[in-house]
Amino acid sequence: MRSLAGVAAFAVATALVPAFVTSGAVLNAVILTLYAVLLGQAWNVLGGYGGQFSFGHAVFFGTGGYVMAVLQIRYGLSAWLAMPAAIGAGAAVGALVGALTFRYGLRGSYFALVTLAFAEVFRILANTFAFTGAGVGLMLPLADTPAQLQFGSRAGYLYLILGFVLAGFAVHLWLGHSRFGARLTAVRDNEASASALGVNVFRVKLGAIMISGALMAAGGVFYIQYLHYLDPAIAYGPAVSVEALLVPIVGGMGTLFGPLLGAVALHALSEGTRNLFGDAPGISLALYGVVLIVMVRYMPRGLIGLFARRGR
Amino acid sequence: MADPTILFAAFLNGLTQGAVYALIALGLTLIYGVLHIINFAHGAALMVALYGVYYLFTGLGIDPFLALPIVMGAMFALGYALQRFVIGRASHGRDENILLVTLGLAIVMENVALYVFRADTRTIETAYAFATVDILGALVAIPKLAALGGALAMAAALFLLITRTDLGRAIRAVAKERQGARLVGIDVDHVFAMSFGIGFACLGAAACFLMPAYYVNPTVGSGFVLIAFTTVVLGGMGSFGGALAGGFVVGIAESFGGLAGIALGAGENMGQLAIFTIFIAVLLFRPQGLFGART
Repeated sequence: MRSLAGVAAFAVATALVPAFVTSGAVLNAVILTLYAVLLGQAWNVLGGYGGQFSFGHAVFFGTGGYVMAVLQIRYGLSAWLAMPAAIGAGAAVGALVGALTFRYGLRGSYFALVTLAFAEVFRILANTFAFTGAGVGLMLPLADTPAQLQFGSRAGYLYLILGFVLAGFAVHLWLGHSRFGARLTAVRDNEASASALGVNVFRVKLGAIMISGALMAAGGVFYIQYLHYLDPAIAYGPAVSVEALLVPIVGGMGTLFGPLLGAVALHALSEGTRNLFGDAPGISLALYGVVLIVMVRYMPRGLIGLFARRGR
Repeated sequence: MADPTILFAAFLNGLTQGAVYALIALGLTLIYGVLHIINFAHGAALMVALYGVYYLFTGLGIDPFLALPIVMGAMFALGYALQRFVIGRASHGRDENILLVTLGLAIVMENVALYVFRADTRTIETAYAFATVDILGALVAIPKLAALGGALAMAAALFLLITRTDLGRAIRAVAKERQGARLVGIDVDHVFAMSFGIGFACLGAAACFLMPAYYVNPTVGSGFVLIAFTTVVLGGMGSFGGALAGGFVVGIAESFGGLAGIALGAGENMGQLAIFTIFIAVLLFRPQGLFGART
């Protein structure tokens, strides 16, 4: 119940932000932080709760973004119809990657590498075919009407991404209270004993990667609606994959509020470095790398470990 | 299309390109074989070495082939220090952590390079960059032939180091049974760091052979990471002969894939696609590699 109350408080507080804040830059920062929360939540389902570290979550993100863009641009489909298709496509790619890798028992470092290879394959394919705009990318025409999931104000986008993040929270709450969640963490903690106790390891992992893929695809949907442009390097490049894994690792893997905490901390950090160094290329990402190493070295449980009560 | 001269040229091109892949993979497979870890920073470290070769040439006028000992020595020191003071300490002995730490290192190296060198792609112009020899009607660039020879020599040197020296014996002992190795008085942390250093020195050599016919920019390494892993996985993790053979297979697959891509009008991208498809297929169906049957 306490966790539910926490999520509700977060939802109300965030929903009230546009009522008090009018600065476009601040709203944009809030929106991008929420977007990072969503990516982190997606990775957390598979990596945090399931213990399967993916280095190529961009494969789901890019698929969601491209399906969303292509259905609207090439087929004139309404954004509201394209959205479920895009999210479903993310789950489908999750099923494909999961069915191949988990069937053959790939784990640990091998799983990380294969997911990265899948993202690369998709990037090259998107770069090759005219269908996806090839190297030029796709531009989503401005519509500025909620009927096309586009908004004249930043507040509209804030509510869209907040909706996705709350869906992510719902998944996390469900993982914390359901049989599926219990099986998933059992597989993470000890695959052999989970299997011996009758858990169908393959199906549990497959379910986790599909949910993870769907959430990540929602991130892609938001990206194209908010920024109106997508190319293969953005969609399937390593930057998105790194952000998705860094957020929960910094905040606390396998926890309800880890992604939120991690996204806020990372965005505060990158805002801080931007103030210090200006927009020098590379500095904020280099700092992300340092943060990753420092977190693994000194705080493997993430920032949330600071709040955890002792003796638990 | 089926012109045998073109096919033979593509084969030779793949063979020489594969030699460079093999060199990069030799370092990776040594690190894997001993530490059983996947060094994700391998590509970024190659990028650092390439910048080293670039600045030695443009700044001090040292020819890439003469820079070999300098770059290898510097890379050895970098690898030793990184394993000893960063990776080894941060990993807490867990594989996932090592993967994350080396990923972090790769991000740091790439982005510091981006900050320092900017995103420009740089090349060097040596007198022999475009010199070619005619082999049965196919023109082969001399720097690439040198890389082929260098890769074979390096593999031989590594093989001798591992089988004939005390250090090699210690490395093999640690690879097999680190607890036991510690008990008989081997400094395991030192051996780990030595393996890392030697692996990085291989990258230094690869950079020297690569630079005359290639280019460097801050993200050049990421293209090599997956190729190197493909090579290592294909040859069987931890096997030197496998890495060598894997390098040639990958190079030739890329060359023919690119040729097929051009023939089908899909562009040279198909070469890379061929590599990653091989990678996924091998990991799924034959994770012990084409040539490895151990464990």
